[in-house]
Amino acid sequence: MAVSLAQPQTRSLPPRRILPGFGLSLGYTLLYLCLLVLIPLSTVFIRAGTLSHTQFWAIIDDPRTVAAFKLTFGASALAALVNAFFGLLVAWTLTRYSFPGRRVIDGLVDLPFALPTAVAGICLSAVYADNGWVGRVLAPHHIHVAYTQAGIFVALVFIGLPFVVRTVQPVLQDLETDVEEAAASLGATRGQIFARILLPTLFPAVLTGFTLAFARALGEYGSVIFISNNIPLRGEIVPKLIMDKLDQFDYAGAAAIAVIMLLASFALLLLINLLQWWSRKRLGMA
Amino acid sequence: MRSEKIEGSTIRPRLATEALPIRILLILVTLIFLGLFLGLPLAAVFTQAFAAGSGPYFAALKDPNTVSAIKLTLLTAAVSVPLNVLFGLAAAWAIAKFEFWGKNLLLTLIDLPFAVSPVIAGMIFVLLLGKFSPLGGWLDAHQIKIIFAVPGIILATTFVTFPFVARELLPVMQAQGVEEEQAALVLGATGWQSFWRVTLPNIKWGLIYGVILCNARAMGEFGAVSVVSGKIMGQTNTLPLQVEAFNDDYNFVGAFAAASLLALLGLVTLVIKSFVEWRTARHEQ
Repeated sequence: MAVSLAQPQTRSLPPRRILPGFGLSLGYTLLYLCLLVLIPLSTVFIRAGTLSHTQFWAIIDDPRTVAAFKLTFGASALAALVNAFFGLLVAWTLTRYSFPGRRVIDGLVDLPFALPTAVAGICLSAVYADNGWVGRVLAPHHIHVAYTQAGIFVALVFIGLPFVVRTVQPVLQDLETDVEEAAASLGATRGQIFARILLPTLFPAVLTGFTLAFARALGEYGSVIFISNNIPLRGEIVPKLIMDKLDQFDYAGAAAIAVIMLLASFALLLLINLLQWWSRKRLGMA
Repeated sequence: MRSEKIEGSTIRPRLATEALPIRILLILVTLIFLGLFLGLPLAAVFTQAFAAGSGPYFAALKDPNTVSAIKLTLLTAAVSVPLNVLFGLAAAWAIAKFEFWGKNLLLTLIDLPFAVSPVIAGMIFVLLLGKFSPLGGWLDAHQIKIIFAVPGIILATTFVTFPFVARELLPVMQAQGVEEEQAALVLGATGWQSFWRVTLPNIKWGLIYGVILCNARAMGEFGAVSVVSGKIMGQTNTLPLQVEAFNDDYNFVGAFAAASLLALLGLVTLVIKSFVEWRTARHEQ
């Protein structure tokens, strides 16, 4: 009783003046944040701001830019969708079933976080090229993955893979099976239990994972450029287009496209925060 | 905590699980999916690196361009990681131990570099410090080279690895509360003594976790570094950039040899990460 009373008390009275170092640590944090992140990021908006309205839209409306945006958003959405489905499946089998090698495989799921993107790109193109382990099987059926748009999709599935698994897994672990058991003893089939109990509970986490994977895929550069043909209008993603403009010292053009990408990223960051808040609220109620 | 739950699942009543054929099918689909997207690429890096035998492999590693790329990669990590550790400690201390207005906004801003495309992360430093910017003009006049040189590579790397340590330390420090530090201070310890003797031992594992993730990203960063590096072989090529350079030259043994070092780094990171997670879980029990 005494403990439960003491807790809200220490919370409502923050020991602001007892511990030292508040000014120093917050001051350093803000200074470092401004110098390394905020001021450099503002340059994109400042540089794009020097363009007139018509100049800006001429860059964005260019067929090459439009094609790059369509490809990047399309491939990212498709890859995130595939990851949402298979990520849920992987999280399910890793949490609910036991089989030999489960622990190693569980650790391996984080590989895309730990493996440098250039390595991922060069390895995926080796495996999915027409003479690679998988490409060799697909090539006789006229399916070509590496150096086509399908290759971009494969790279984006790779880098987004851990996001859905790692957001769904903790929810699945904390999920008590008593509700499922109650439903089963009342005559519900496994399919009904999945559709009516499990899916609604896991949905916010799956959606969060989908958004995280999508946001990550939008900006991805390293793994994609190794496996794509990088041809404008056909295999060029937005980050590669920005890179090309920078190589030609077309900084204004690069900044205009970067502004659109940054705004999309910030919107997704906001959405992810909202989803996590919703997810916590839902689980708190359940 | 995790292992306990899973071991419990084997004695789960039959009511709450699927029929055996469905379980086997789901496990098989999982293994095929992970094999196609994770297993095969990982196996490919080592088989390709040794495709021509171990002689050419080790010769490729001794290539002066590879050696110089390894040195630059180590140097970059050796500067970026400590900078972000210092920032991570300061940010986590301020946010976890004190209440102030705008805390949530600060948390979102710290996450910002994760949301930015690596290419844009490199580009912002070119716009800020490149030749055609006001600041870059001044630097140029004073013969200080940042962009297309080593300092630019370090700056861009520090940007993309910015949130790692702070993100990992924050929950640990928040869980720790303030009572132990307060006790130390009441007993007469100075602020620094309480930090070294009370705070640091408590956050040790969170710090190690943050440092290895930060280090893996710092050594493996490609996009951001690609923009700010002049890509001069033997001078401004980091190891990931050297992979690309060899690949563009159709020197596949060289490319995969360099890639194999980075893959090894990734695997070591995963092992340490799993160990820290296992230790933290056991500690919590």
